[in-house]
Amino acid sequence: MLWACILLPQLALDGVLRRRPPSDEPLVLVSGPAQGRIVHAANAAARAVGIYRGQRLTAAQALLPSFAMVEYSTGDESHWHRLLAAWAYRYSGDVGLLPHAVVLEVSRSLNLFGPWPRFESLLREDLVGLGFRHRVALAPTPQAAYVLAGVEDGMAVMDAPKLRGALSFIDVARARLPEGVAPSLQSMGIRTLAQLLALPRASLQRRFGGELVAQIDRLLGDEPSPMESYRPPDTFDQRMEWTHEIEHVEALMFPLRRLTGDLSAYLAGRDGGVQRFELLLEHRDRPPTRVSVGMLAAAREASLLFDCARGRLERVELPQPVVAMQLLAPDLPPFVPAGRDLFDARPANAMPLDQLRERLRSRLGEQAIQHLRRTVDPRPELAQTSAPYVKEAPPRKGLPRPAWLLDQPRPWRGPPPELLAGPERIETGWWDGGEIRRDYYVARTAQGQYAWIYGAPGEQGRWMLHGWFA
Amino acid sequence: MGQVVALDSLFHSRQVWHGRAAPLPGSSEPTGWPMLDAALPTGGWPEHAMTEILLPADGVGELQLVLPTLARMTQAQRHVMVIAPPYVPCVAGWEARGVVMAQVDIVQAADRDVLWAAEQCLRSGSCAAVLAWPMHADDRALRRLQVAADTGKALAFVFRDRRHVAHASPAALRLELESDPSPRVHVRKCRGGNPPAQAIALAAGWS
Repeated sequence: MLWACILLPQLALDGVLRRRPPSDEPLVLVSGPAQGRIVHAANAAARAVGIYRGQRLTAAQALLPSFAMVEYSTGDESHWHRLLAAWAYRYSGDVGLLPHAVVLEVSRSLNLFGPWPRFESLLREDLVGLGFRHRVALAPTPQAAYVLAGVEDGMAVMDAPKLRGALSFIDVARARLPEGVAPSLQSMGIRTLAQLLALPRASLQRRFGGELVAQIDRLLGDEPSPMESYRPPDTFDQRMEWTHEIEHVEALMFPLRRLTGDLSAYLAGRDGGVQRFELLLEHRDRPPTRVSVGMLAAAREASLLFDCARGRLERVELPQPVVAMQLLAPDLPPFVPAGRDLFDARPANAMPLDQLRERLRSRLGEQAIQHLRRTVDPRPELAQTSAPYVKEAPPRKGLPRPAWLLDQPRPWRGPPPELLAGPERIETGWWDGGEIRRDYYVARTAQGQYAWIYGAPGEQGRWMLHGWFA
Repeated sequence: MGQVVALDSLFHSRQVWHGRAAPLPGSSEPTGWPMLDAALPTGGWPEHAMTEILLPADGVGELQLVLPTLARMTQAQRHVMVIAPPYVPCVAGWEARGVVMAQVDIVQAADRDVLWAAEQCLRSGSCAAVLAWPMHADDRALRRLQVAADTGKALAFVFRDRRHVAHASPAALRLELESDPSPRVHVRKCRGGNPPAQAIALAAGWS
């Protein structure tokens, strides 16, 4: 077995940083009770002026009069933790969560992703793309990898015999031993793991209890590590919140790219795809704006997800500034090739009609696709509609109807047309005040077009053009 | 140089073999106009290809030309996309010619999106025919539609103003409509044969 440990030293801070565009402004995560606020984490710009983790907030404010402050949230932190576990699941079926770290069993993955140096750079590339600071180490046990990652970035111990040697120089204070053990060991004059491992087990057990011995066994691989083994959930739900209000859709693009990127990482881990998902734009005091995004087929490539979502989002008019955005993908279809009829005449790469419509709507607007149907209204301008639910009239009989209808009848200009058929009297609409009395004719224009025109009953001249027999 | 001989006399004396192009496989998409089918080298619309219909004005029988085809397709549960039509299709008029309107999607698109939408529909492979009215289409854009029609195995009908007849076009078939003195169609270009010299009469649009 070989375990890679990805240590996430500033998980909560990265989670905050990645939802805002890159900037050099000092930023601090604060926690603690209202009277004793302390700095939980600080970004590079804040650290540069001397702000450090664990400092009292008042002391930090004395160093720097103004900096951005974000409340630290454990919920947020565990959310990012699980997201990274979902991402790691892509590389291994055996993923565990440790405090501030994700471990994955990679001995079989090496066949797939190449030798460790290449695999390692693959992992780092992904993590940089996702926006998380990290340290990576490799060891035959998860606990050893965890310890090594805490000591130095990029350590790799490929086999068990070398493990003891690699661990021997590590300070007991950094060996992730049970709480309280390291100071006692130090006071006994035991500084490194080599010294600790040389001590007889029985006396260690008597002096410190079973937990220390068990931890040493886990470290060396004599006993498996109990770990929360990770299984990806069946839905994706991620939310981003800002301290300020976003008024323009363009400003949502950066967080959108993050959200779709996270969805993509999650899907890759799950070896699945997504066909539709929903974006909820939350406002301060009104229900959220919902934007649903549909895809060609189950997709998972980050750029494709982003493009589809952007197309939709760009047409949204914000009724109010946005304070948070949520991406919900409740339905994650597996990647199953659609069954096709052997004798289906359509080409093999055909896109289902619904997806085509979805794609057209995403660029042209929700109302871009219409189906026309008859209504029961006899008035020509109301005899058809693109509304989805109407009572459909039986097909009409009688004089011919044109193929084109003008949106609005308009006065006929030009030389008087030659009347070919008619009149057809349409006298109706008395019930709602939209009463009409018209005599319709088929007429031929000087240009040879066939027009559907009407005039007042009994009158010839002052024609109105209403359609073309095209 | 040598003696000048009239071509006719050579043909008559049977000294020259008058070659003919191999007949193309017949089209499975008849136009619904027997006279037009007879004039076209494939006996119907060129399959998986673009047909350009050039008009002197709107409402001169351009829909007449394609409605029999649309009727046949929609009755067979095949799908038709109508992109950026210049007017509203009149349901009663289309149904009177046999079109099943439930199989017709009308797509409203701004000028700049017409070609994009047409290409998407053609390429999708789920449309039997796509009708489009692009305002601005250059040679390259039309070529894209031609390729998309081939990819998606669909018929593309592109309606344009008659003034474009002077420019070359990648369309497999180009028809020019004439309304005066009577509705007629000229074949200006047809892939796989020579365009017939005679215009083909269409019935008046309203009858």
